[in-house]
Amino acid sequence: MSTHHISITVNGKTHEADVESRLLLVHFLRENLNMTGTHIGCDTTSCGACTIRLNGTPVKSCTVLAVQADGMEVKTVEGLVENGALHPIQEGFHEKHGLQCGFCTPGMMMTSSALLERNPHPTEDEIRHAISGNLCRCTGYMNIVKAVQYAADKMAEKVEA
Amino acid sequence: MTEIHGLGSPRKRVEDARFIRGQGNYIDDMKLPGMLHLDIVRSPYAHAKIKKIHTEKALATPGVLAVIDGPTLQKYNVHNMPTLMSDTQMVLPIDTVKYQYQEVAGVLATDRYTAADGVAAVEVDYEPLPVVVDPFKALEPGATKVRDDKESNHIWHWEWGDKEKTNKDFESAEVTVKENIYIPRIHVSSIETCGCVAKWDATNAHLTLWMTTQAPHAIRTVVALITGHLGLSEEKIRVISPDLGGGFGGKVPAYPGYVIAVAASIVTGAPVKWIEDRTENLAADSFGRDYHITAELAGTKDGTLTSLRFKTIADHGYTDAAAQPSKFPAGMFHICTGSYDFKSAFVEVDGVYTNKAPGGIAYRCSFRVTEAVHAIERMTDVFAQKIGMDAAEIRMKNFIQPEAFPYTSALGWEYDSGNYPLALRKAMDMAGYEELRKEQKEKRSRGEFMGIGISSFTEIVGAGPSKHFDILGLKMFGSCEIRVHPTGKAIARFGTKSQGQGHETTYAQIIAEELGIPADHIKVEEGDTDTAPYGLGTYASRSTPVDGASAAVASRKIREKAKKIAAHLLEANEDDLEWERGRFFVKGSPDQGKTIQEIAFAAYTNHPQGMEGGLEAVSYYDPPNLTYPFGSYICVVDIDRGTGKVNIRRFIAVDDCGVRINPMIVDGQIHGGLTMGFAPAMMEEISYDENGNIHGANFMDYLLPTAVETPKWELGETVTPSPHHPIGAKAIGESATVGAPAAFVNAVVDALSHLGVTTIDIPMTPRKVWELMHKHGATLEE
Repeated sequence: MSTHHISITVNGKTHEADVESRLLLVHFLRENLNMTGTHIGCDTTSCGACTIRLNGTPVKSCTVLAVQADGMEVKTVEGLVENGALHPIQEGFHEKHGLQCGFCTPGMMMTSSALLERNPHPTEDEIRHAISGNLCRCTGYMNIVKAVQYAADKMAEKVEA
Repeated sequence: MTEIHGLGSPRKRVEDARFIRGQGNYIDDMKLPGMLHLDIVRSPYAHAKIKKIHTEKALATPGVLAVIDGPTLQKYNVHNMPTLMSDTQMVLPIDTVKYQYQEVAGVLATDRYTAADGVAAVEVDYEPLPVVVDPFKALEPGATKVRDDKESNHIWHWEWGDKEKTNKDFESAEVTVKENIYIPRIHVSSIETCGCVAKWDATNAHLTLWMTTQAPHAIRTVVALITGHLGLSEEKIRVISPDLGGGFGGKVPAYPGYVIAVAASIVTGAPVKWIEDRTENLAADSFGRDYHITAELAGTKDGTLTSLRFKTIADHGYTDAAAQPSKFPAGMFHICTGSYDFKSAFVEVDGVYTNKAPGGIAYRCSFRVTEAVHAIERMTDVFAQKIGMDAAEIRMKNFIQPEAFPYTSALGWEYDSGNYPLALRKAMDMAGYEELRKEQKEKRSRGEFMGIGISSFTEIVGAGPSKHFDILGLKMFGSCEIRVHPTGKAIARFGTKSQGQGHETTYAQIIAEELGIPADHIKVEEGDTDTAPYGLGTYASRSTPVDGASAAVASRKIREKAKKIAAHLLEANEDDLEWERGRFFVKGSPDQGKTIQEIAFAAYTNHPQGMEGGLEAVSYYDPPNLTYPFGSYICVVDIDRGTGKVNIRRFIAVDDCGVRINPMIVDGQIHGGLTMGFAPAMMEEISYDENGNIHGANFMDYLLPTAVETPKWELGETVTPSPHHPIGAKAIGESATVGAPAAFVNAVVDALSHLGVTTIDIPMTPRKVWELMHKHGATLEE
């Protein structure tokens, strides 16, 4: 198995490593960097528990090789808190009871925070479609939708202010 | 002043702080120095002889340390393990596999990629054997025998009720109806799969097992029973259940992977991690349902239901790896008389072996209650349809009336409390039932298919009273230990284990209500057998009815002692003291009092002479009865004539779970429960081909609902407290999963009833609905 030298910036910090070409990005994050907030729920790119943002785009990190992310910017759930303050999407999930077991939550938040950046005022249907690549077994999605709406309102307030 | 957040407070969850930051502590997040990884070789065949396992190539792979097979484990007599139903399950086979994806050998390596390489390098010579996948065929004479150690494929026969009277009542009945209902095999599919880290400490002969379990104490006892002959006794085993990424029943049983990991840690002396992938989870972990029910009802022409007769074939796969109370191999299936006042009933179930994955656990429900509710709620509609009665009317006519509680059912259960007509009326008002019926009539005249389905379910949860309930002999009481610290804060520990239900939040609210200590000052812990009081875990909606009761009772014990301390501090007679939440005061002199915080401090600094210091209590709560949550659901559907696609237009859910501890969490449980009722009704099924190849072993084939398909739920409530529960609560975690499927089916059948359709099995896929419509004469154009 050939190895490659890669350099990936995760939540603003650059990490260099020699990795096997087959190493998945999710395993690079979880095992090489010990950043276990990104989860694994399936092997078929179906559940979205492993969703992270790669150069801003939400992707399922179980379907990206670490070498493909060489030179790119990764943002994970661990990078949502800024200057000690929760991201509005984190607040939204807490305020609206958008999580139960918490396993899908990081992926859900990464997908929906990306949605709010490209569409600050999504309709309920737009939210539901945006998160349709992220499976949740606990909440029935209703409170997740409310959590995203909460975050949208909160972010709009900030923009106005 | 810090808010108390007692009963009824929509307190935000304390668990969230770690989860929204990605700081949960799930099993796969664990990493120990020198930890090895276990991966498992699995059978491609549903039934085959293992002729030889070639391990040379695997062992030659750098980083692969060992291949463990059945004969290796046999040396230590741990190649088999008991199931929770006292059947036998292979940990690893000696010479035969009995279902596809069965564990064949374990590969131990330095990292997970190398372990997977090792699995790929193990070559196994199989000799395929005949396969039986259909439980009815399995019961035929001369059928392929699944188990070499058994006489036949028939596992057990169980029956309940008055057979003779029921048969007589059927013979003399004015109207009888009969349908075959298949409730297919499904899988809970928590988004986190199962796994463990086993760490054997040879120096101290001590095993720590971190594992995805809903019942850590029961697992500890089972491990001790399996390995006792090796000297691994219960005080040397510590089971820790970390944060669980969902459970729903799937994390109750012990799976072979856990045992192999323990064996591997003992053999190597290194910590061993085993994490299953999604296919292993779906194909080999315990499934739910798989009940073939022949259901009959008898009654009068004017719609009075009199008698019920259900006969069921339960497919358990190759071993009975269900998780039921020992006395009830079909769980509480005999709650199947539901919300109605039957004169007689008889139910029988036969368990059958097939060459399929073992199981028969609950899928987010209490012990076969969903199967029971599905059958009775469907059959009530079938009966109504036959006599031309409205689905709401027949229910109102046959409900157990509010004044009849406590009510003993024809099958012997004592229902604690209920107000069924109120819940249904409320659901009908929310739905605008009468208007919907008018609309349906108009639509039908235009050739459109619109249906309204009702399900008025009664659950039976909170196992359970020790006179009836045990698992492997272990009684199913609840447990709570509370310690109040000198500064008036507290820690409480429980024998249950949350998988997302929010116990850290809600248990604290019960104690806050009882003691007046703010919930924010009460830390709740579960899941560590070294620290928590013994308990049988969280499943079957038992946490609130049983351990929640323990929390209240332990709090009251503390209050009793607090009263004595208060009397001492106030120099008053105990009998002259009165309690208001958080404070004792002298009757008639409300100014003269002591807060629970002052009393707690005194318990450590100034307690009465002759009294033991400290302020703690433990309660092992043996419930006097089960609790019976109920509700009425109404589903409105429109069916596309051209495609058979069912559009869920509305779904109204009125739930009565008794006293609501935290309404925010109750609603969240209902949302999730409804979605897990919707899922099997419309999408989920695990089926097999005739060779025993599984269909549905990944999320491309086994469809979980996404946010797009999932309906928008409309919730309502009634509150009928449980008369025997200390705080009047009943439970809510599973009601919706139990009650919802029949509402979906009843709506679809209702939409097509004028064509002569009386039944449809779930999942109601567009193809199945289309075929049914067209078989009954519906054409593309009206």
